[in-house]
Amino acid sequence: MQVYLDNNATTMVDPLVVEVMQPFFSEIYGNPNSLHKFGTASHPAISKAIDQVYKALNASDNDDIVFTSCATESNNWVLKSIFNDHIVSGDKNHIITTEVEHPSVLAACRALEKEGAKVTYLPVNSQGVVEPHVVRSFITDKTALVSVMWASNETGMIFPIKEIGEICKEKGVLFHSDGVQAVGKIPVDLQAVHVDFLSMSAHKFHGPKGIGALYIRNSQPLSPLLHGGEHMGGRRSGTLNVPYIVAMGKAIELATTNIEEKMASIRAKRDRLEDALLELSDTFVVGNRENRTPNTILISIRGVEGEGMLWDLNNGQIGASTGSACASEDLQANTVMLAIGADSELAHTGIRLSLSRFTTDSEIDYTIAHFKKAVLRLRAISSSYAKVAPTPGGESKACELHH
Amino acid sequence: MAKNDLLGASLWDAYSNKVTTLMNNPNHQGEITEQEAAEHGNRLIVADFGAESCGDAVRLYWEVDPKTDIIVNSKFKSFGCGTAIASSDIMTELCIGKTVKEAVKITNIDVEFALRDSPDIPAVPPQKMHCSVMAYDVIKKAAALYMGVDAESFEEEIIVCECARVSLKTLQEVIRLNDLTTIEQITDYTKAGGFCKSCIKPGGHEKREYYLVDILRDTRREMDEEKMKAAADAGSKGSFESMTLVQQIKAIDAVIDESVRQFLIMDGGNMEVIDVKPSEDYVDVYIRYLGACNGCASSATGTLYAIEATLKEKLSKKIRVLPI
Repeated sequence: MQVYLDNNATTMVDPLVVEVMQPFFSEIYGNPNSLHKFGTASHPAISKAIDQVYKALNASDNDDIVFTSCATESNNWVLKSIFNDHIVSGDKNHIITTEVEHPSVLAACRALEKEGAKVTYLPVNSQGVVEPHVVRSFITDKTALVSVMWASNETGMIFPIKEIGEICKEKGVLFHSDGVQAVGKIPVDLQAVHVDFLSMSAHKFHGPKGIGALYIRNSQPLSPLLHGGEHMGGRRSGTLNVPYIVAMGKAIELATTNIEEKMASIRAKRDRLEDALLELSDTFVVGNRENRTPNTILISIRGVEGEGMLWDLNNGQIGASTGSACASEDLQANTVMLAIGADSELAHTGIRLSLSRFTTDSEIDYTIAHFKKAVLRLRAISSSYAKVAPTPGGESKACELHH
Repeated sequence: MAKNDLLGASLWDAYSNKVTTLMNNPNHQGEITEQEAAEHGNRLIVADFGAESCGDAVRLYWEVDPKTDIIVNSKFKSFGCGTAIASSDIMTELCIGKTVKEAVKITNIDVEFALRDSPDIPAVPPQKMHCSVMAYDVIKKAAALYMGVDAESFEEEIIVCECARVSLKTLQEVIRLNDLTTIEQITDYTKAGGFCKSCIKPGGHEKREYYLVDILRDTRREMDEEKMKAAADAGSKGSFESMTLVQQIKAIDAVIDESVRQFLIMDGGNMEVIDVKPSEDYVDVYIRYLGACNGCASSATGTLYAIEATLKEKLSKKIRVLPI
């Protein structure tokens, strides 16, 4: 059996999504900007996809949702355009973000620091989230933008976006959220929270790789990164990726329709897996379940180094991750684990398991059995675990890791 | 960057079959107890190296025959990735049957080489070489415990790149002898910095005492200082060709002030040195005539010849004077 539990890295494309995008490769292939019927033939499908995305996010018709190539582009677009629009002009020079953002935010911020931006990287609490009062305390009259992820790619922890949005609105500061791990996993209602910009990527909710979007709240100016034609209302140039836009529309519709029901089903499987793995002694799961995306577990197994564990899982045909997929070959400790105060040994043991709506009960059973076998094997080799004094009854819990 | 770098290679694909096999089924994993060693009349040595906080740690067990100093059995435990486990396993195998003194000579290069499927193809990707280094270090630690000495006493040289075992002395010599100016050149000549890259500059996987960027900078600075000193010494000894440009200009001015200028001034003229440019065969001295010399018929013939001859005689036969 093969089990894919790395859905926070990417997801399988839903067969229904594949089906709707197919005709736009070979049958309806005209450039949508062309005036002839070959081009205009794709307009109804694009229009439908736009409607599907707006509906899924409950965006207002006055807002813009612009298709991009991925969330990395969307994140870079916001940060770099705010830099160009505000920081270069000299009226504001400060960006606030967190220590645990995706590299597409952190690396862009570091690049902007070299250009003259002042960036504050906020710490997270023992649950791995930034607290609203911390955001408030760092906002100054020089702050141009606050950028905080909606949910963590590594821990699944959901950030207090509503509260942070209210603070930004009150202070007159623009607010961007990297929603890549939230859209399609939990309800995202853009009229219920004050977010000026939201990044997303279709391949995180069973759409194809290479298509994403940026939500821009009504009337917020944001200079384009890509200049050229007048595509996407002049917001982003580049010929429209018609099959992928159509696919993203269908994917987000499928992911968000009856989302509470889908969440409950995924959460039940996740919790069963988590409970079973926590039967192993000296194991720890980061963050409480209530405030986590329903598909994610970041588990630390005392004495078992992360890559070694990943190796054994891979041998058992189980795909998982030591953290973010972008850093899975990195030799460093899990940065989120360090940020939330895990000791540095434990930070080398984190394994992320992320489910999807396609994960089955039998796959969970198989994973539990193989995971336990791998832990026993690697602990038998482990020099570290040999030195750990046995905990009476084995201390295993879903706990807060303390500083 | 090139075509082959556009898609990052899979880390595990770069492991040899031996690494894969030993990771899955290590032959020497486990412990040796005091009781077992005592039953065989042997001495048990247990050495730890690395730290869980760094993501890599190893514990090495040796059962040593005290009469012969031969390691009769060896086992390990490891907190680490696949390469750490495989390296530790092959390291214990290499120790068995050797005397402690022989075992100390096993380097990380030997460990990595023993893991290869084919002599020409590395067993692990570059960033994983540090795992074999740890195996080497724990052997030294075990030997030190057995012999009652400091583990550092086995190291005769300061090792900068542990993956490639390149010493500080070697690096300094190679930079000097080959006039190296970049880290890439150092890696090409010595392999230092070509593996886990921790030794290139601060901020890598492991904190290092010495970094290639500092060694290159300091050695280049020493070379420049030595060159300047040599030039200054050469100048004081009158060797024109070995002088720095500034020294050459000063020397030319001194000769002109001493032996040429007063004759020109007597005739209502003068001259100034505009530039000095060394070429392959000559040192070209560009001059400009001033006052009566400017436009004088002799300035291009007799006077010019006299100035050049004086400089040739006093400084160097290679001097050529060019009026502009």
